[in-house]
Amino acid sequence: MTDFNLLSDPNFIGFDNFREMFGDSGMWNSLRVTIYFVLGNVIIGTSLALISAALMQRLRLKSWVRSAMLLPWLVPNVAIALVWAWLLDANLGFVNQLFRNLGIPTLSFFNETQAMPMIIGIAVWAGLGYTSLLLFAGMTQVPVEQYEAGAIDGASETRMFFKITLPLIRPVLALVLVLSAIGSFQVFDIVLIGYDASPIPAVRVIFFFIYQNAFSFFRMGYASAVAIFLAIILGALTMIQMRLMRANRSDLS
Amino acid sequence: MTTSTAPIDAMTERHMQKKAKASAAGQKRKWTPGMIIAFIYLGIMLFITLFPFFWMIRTALTPAAELVADSGQLFPNNPTWINFQRVLGFTTREEAIAAGGTGATIDFIGYTWNTIVFAGSIAVVQTLSAAMAAYAFARLRFKGRDLLFSIVLAGLLVPGILTLLPNFALMRQMGWLNTMHGLVAPSLLMSPFAIFFLRQFFLSLPREVEEAAAIDGVGPFMRFWRITLPMSRGPIATMMLITLVGMWKDFLWPLVAGNADDTRVLTVALQRFLAQSPNVAPDWTGLMAAATIAIIPVFIMLILLGRQLVQSLNFSGGKM
Repeated sequence: MTDFNLLSDPNFIGFDNFREMFGDSGMWNSLRVTIYFVLGNVIIGTSLALISAALMQRLRLKSWVRSAMLLPWLVPNVAIALVWAWLLDANLGFVNQLFRNLGIPTLSFFNETQAMPMIIGIAVWAGLGYTSLLLFAGMTQVPVEQYEAGAIDGASETRMFFKITLPLIRPVLALVLVLSAIGSFQVFDIVLIGYDASPIPAVRVIFFFIYQNAFSFFRMGYASAVAIFLAIILGALTMIQMRLMRANRSDLS
Repeated sequence: MTTSTAPIDAMTERHMQKKAKASAAGQKRKWTPGMIIAFIYLGIMLFITLFPFFWMIRTALTPAAELVADSGQLFPNNPTWINFQRVLGFTTREEAIAAGGTGATIDFIGYTWNTIVFAGSIAVVQTLSAAMAAYAFARLRFKGRDLLFSIVLAGLLVPGILTLLPNFALMRQMGWLNTMHGLVAPSLLMSPFAIFFLRQFFLSLPREVEEAAAIDGVGPFMRFWRITLPMSRGPIATMMLITLVGMWKDFLWPLVAGNADDTRVLTVALQRFLAQSPNVAPDWTGLMAAATIAIIPVFIMLILLGRQLVQSLNFSGGKM
């Protein structure tokens, strides 16, 4: 609620920052692309993770496979973004060379429509192992007898997935959805690395908007106002998460 | 979803095998089309997961001058360590420029050390401090305990973005920006999640031993230090591991609060390295060598502690 810019003393200016924020098309653009990212990352990421987790569970793979899947989770997002920025480099990147050889149009970080899907793709890649293992941990709680009974009744694997696995891991799944939504709202590193501090509007996510206002434009007060707005959104999501954590673990117990 | 129908006989066979306790390592699988598709899917996933890391290392070993010529090959023609040497600061300025660098000082040994100090000290101190608080909340009776604990729990609701700017302003006012103590200060002593998690565990421990010790006149701190802590080695180690990984990956706070030579951590150093290299032709070989250095420690950790890490995931849910 001040015009604090780090150099001078802050002046109290009431709700002006909030008023400005709600009329700021840049802020709404950032919120919109962030929600686009959140939806893309959560939906695609969780679906792929569900498939991987279900297959890991039913195929009884060795544990090194799970460890290997976890590698991207351990790696800082900055390094991940860097490696992908290189793989997707317009001229020399491996992926684009592959596409060129196959006759597929190449990808560019600076194409308005491709930019966000590329960021989502990198984020999905980075989170896949982690999300799959969370879901996998939930699936190991499902008693094997359920599948044996299902098998005796002649149910197919696909049917067992929808009728046994999915209903029984519902609480874990809900938790994973909320967690990855909260995490996705805070995407920042990939954008900063991919665009070197000047992202195109199509990927200027809300965290970047706050960072830019605070540390490039030195508008601490305004940045804080946006941060509070975002915190309210995230706080609501966290409330849902805590509800879920406290709620019954699953239909199992 | 990609698994198509597996014939019944395959399933019942598996069922019989389990009854015969043959489900362990030596189990013979009956190959069905569905299973083959499933294995192919997982194989592709594993490949997509690991290939970028291979490509990173391969690029790091390529001489910068041959990057264009070699770009489509799986292995470089003339592998070299020069990229590692120059990002670690082992080469002279001229040698670094000749190998494709910008000549700016880069010292990834120093950055790695900074990261170890930053992440390591927070992981150890924060977990122990949270354990003490958790012990107090779990075992001691004092006025206002429940109120205090609900305030701590409310901290779980506060996302990092809300504390980033005030912390920055505070550190700036205290003159702690770009110092290691300023960098670790916000998270060194307190983590609502760690307190919550460890309190839950302490509550599940039997009280009898401690009560016996209390009758013998052992004070609360010694009861915590000698009895509870040794009994909670597993969860404490898990908590430290999760915190270590989280701090190793941390970027935004060190970026704004510690972007100077003697506090710069690996993530910030990587970003700065990229920002310094020319936009049209980034120094990819050097960048990949630097990224490899940033990843090696976690890679070693994964190999040594893979199983513990996988298990600790179940608890880390609230954190990431």
